[in-house]
Amino acid sequence: MNRIDQAFKKLKKRKEKAFIAFITAGYPNLHVTEQLVLSFEKAGVDIVELGVPFSDPLADGKTIQAASQQALQHHITLEKIFQMVKRIRTRSQIPIALMTYYNPVFHLGEEKFMARAKSVGVDGVIVPDLPPEEAASLSKLARKKSIATVFFLSPTTTPSRMKKIVDASTGFIYYVSVTGITGTSQTILAQQIKKQVTAARRLTAKPVCVGFGVSDARQVKAVARLADGVIVGSAIIRAIAKNKGKKNLIQNVSRFVAQLAKAV
Amino acid sequence: MTYPDKKGHFGEFGGKYVPETLMSMLEELEKQFVRLKKSKAFQKEFHFYLQEYAGRPTNLYLAERLSKHLKTLKVYLKREDLLHTGAHKINNTLGQILVAKAMGKQRIIAETGAGQHGVATATAAALFGLPCRVYMGTEDIERQALNVFRMKLLGAEVFPVDSGSKTLKDAMNEAIRDWVTNVRETFYVIGSVAGPHPYPWMVREFQSVIGREARRQFLAKEKRLPNYLLACVGGGSNALGLFHAFLKDKNVKMIGVEAAGEGMRTGRHAAAIASGQIGVLHGSKSGLLQTKDGQVKIAHSIAAGLDYPGVGPEHAYYNKIGRAQYVTVTDQEALNGLKLLSRAEGIIPALETSHAISYLQKLARKVKGKASVIVCLSGRGDKDVGSLKNLNG
Repeated sequence: MNRIDQAFKKLKKRKEKAFIAFITAGYPNLHVTEQLVLSFEKAGVDIVELGVPFSDPLADGKTIQAASQQALQHHITLEKIFQMVKRIRTRSQIPIALMTYYNPVFHLGEEKFMARAKSVGVDGVIVPDLPPEEAASLSKLARKKSIATVFFLSPTTTPSRMKKIVDASTGFIYYVSVTGITGTSQTILAQQIKKQVTAARRLTAKPVCVGFGVSDARQVKAVARLADGVIVGSAIIRAIAKNKGKKNLIQNVSRFVAQLAKAV
Repeated sequence: MTYPDKKGHFGEFGGKYVPETLMSMLEELEKQFVRLKKSKAFQKEFHFYLQEYAGRPTNLYLAERLSKHLKTLKVYLKREDLLHTGAHKINNTLGQILVAKAMGKQRIIAETGAGQHGVATATAAALFGLPCRVYMGTEDIERQALNVFRMKLLGAEVFPVDSGSKTLKDAMNEAIRDWVTNVRETFYVIGSVAGPHPYPWMVREFQSVIGREARRQFLAKEKRLPNYLLACVGGGSNALGLFHAFLKDKNVKMIGVEAAGEGMRTGRHAAAIASGQIGVLHGSKSGLLQTKDGQVKIAHSIAAGLDYPGVGPEHAYYNKIGRAQYVTVTDQEALNGLKLLSRAEGIIPALETSHAISYLQKLARKVKGKASVIVCLSGRGDKDVGSLKNLNG
């Protein structure tokens, strides 16, 4: 059982929901990313999603696009991120999932990617442009290394696709709460989320977590009621941007994240 | 076996690499396209607009002075430049707009590089009274100002994209983001044989009218098939349009001409197949310019329509199995090609098309004895005159 499964098991016992924090690796630099991940454990984050910066992040809104672009400007690579995870693992056992577009994985080689991920202590992978239909080989390799492969459900997912996605997912299932890209501001459509999450739960006991467009404690609280976990990304990146260059960046961002985590 | 297969793959290439939000829509589009492709009423309507509105069939013109100049080649030009809006792009946009209409979509979006696809989409959208937004990189907006103006005249909104390389690749990123957000009512008219399945297949089907006509016309004139087919390849829709009808004619050699930009050795080019790397961008697996870390590299070509780091997956497949050959031509060579055709035949080709024209000179030196060739004259050069003027001072 990997750290993600353990985390959900523990939460379930305590009847609690998961708070999942996304940050772009290398924004504003890898040192800050490392410090943030370490501080997140104390802030009450259950799982960290580390975004691998990509030149063409077509599922992301302006906030994460900008963070990615800045990270790439100082040459953040998959290998540098692996090394950072390895350093983090000497001090923390917080579950870590890599969120990456498919091309960097494909370019490195799926087998090599999984081997490196396993060896440094990555627990899951989330690939927004890789639907289950194209993911057979990656899923198989992940299974062998007991690394979770998280797939997406969306408001447009049809019942016939839902089964495929639920079956292919391990660790948890990622429900995209908006028809759109990350960082879209919105009013939370509780009815729609409830409908799709309920439909998924009829098919599986796997945890369903909700992300995209969840940006403050009030929304976190509302969404947590409907699912097994809540994912916040762009709002945290905006908090980092606001504190960029400040001495107490880690402290301030961590405080913001703690507020969100408390709301679940 | 016919390609793509059921999952939208051409061998190892193609597929559907998109966010989940789009997957159901792509399945629905595929289902609808399969139905419409077989529908007599749809085909009749499509061919009506191709003939009465766009101006098909286009001529297959024997370029006698050019042939004399090249000595070893008898060159026929497939005159897609004579179509309404000035390039082959209109074949595809009329087809896709009719699909959009059949699916009840209310809004049209598109990406454009050179602006030819943008103009062709804006035209088709105007014809059917649909609102249209075209995403275009700010660098392209500058170098293709005439086409920007044309799109606006046609009532389309040209949405400037300022991210990344500010060219076609980034325009496509932004169009996909719009599509993910507005997928229920919006139809995305993709301009090349690229993107997720079923687009590479659908666009090829709409463009393959080029090759079907050319084959028939050549047979009528020469009582045999040509030795070569030649076309420029950015995404590769005019090339596939010409090639596809000749696939089973094993003796007809197919050559796709990619943009070598400032030269293959400088790294500043747009030759996705010649670069030899495979990757995933904008929904499909194919040849892709990328760094050693798997980040997409910015392409370079004097021709905005070829300035794209990827290429249609079917081309990557033909390259792999050896059915077509892919070669490269630099910016400078393309400019020479443009001048050559302008002076030899009184036809100013688009900078994109000029890559194929330029390669004729290399091909002429290679052939033993005499050979015949059909060149897809994919677009006319009016749109490039402004930037050419700047180039010459």
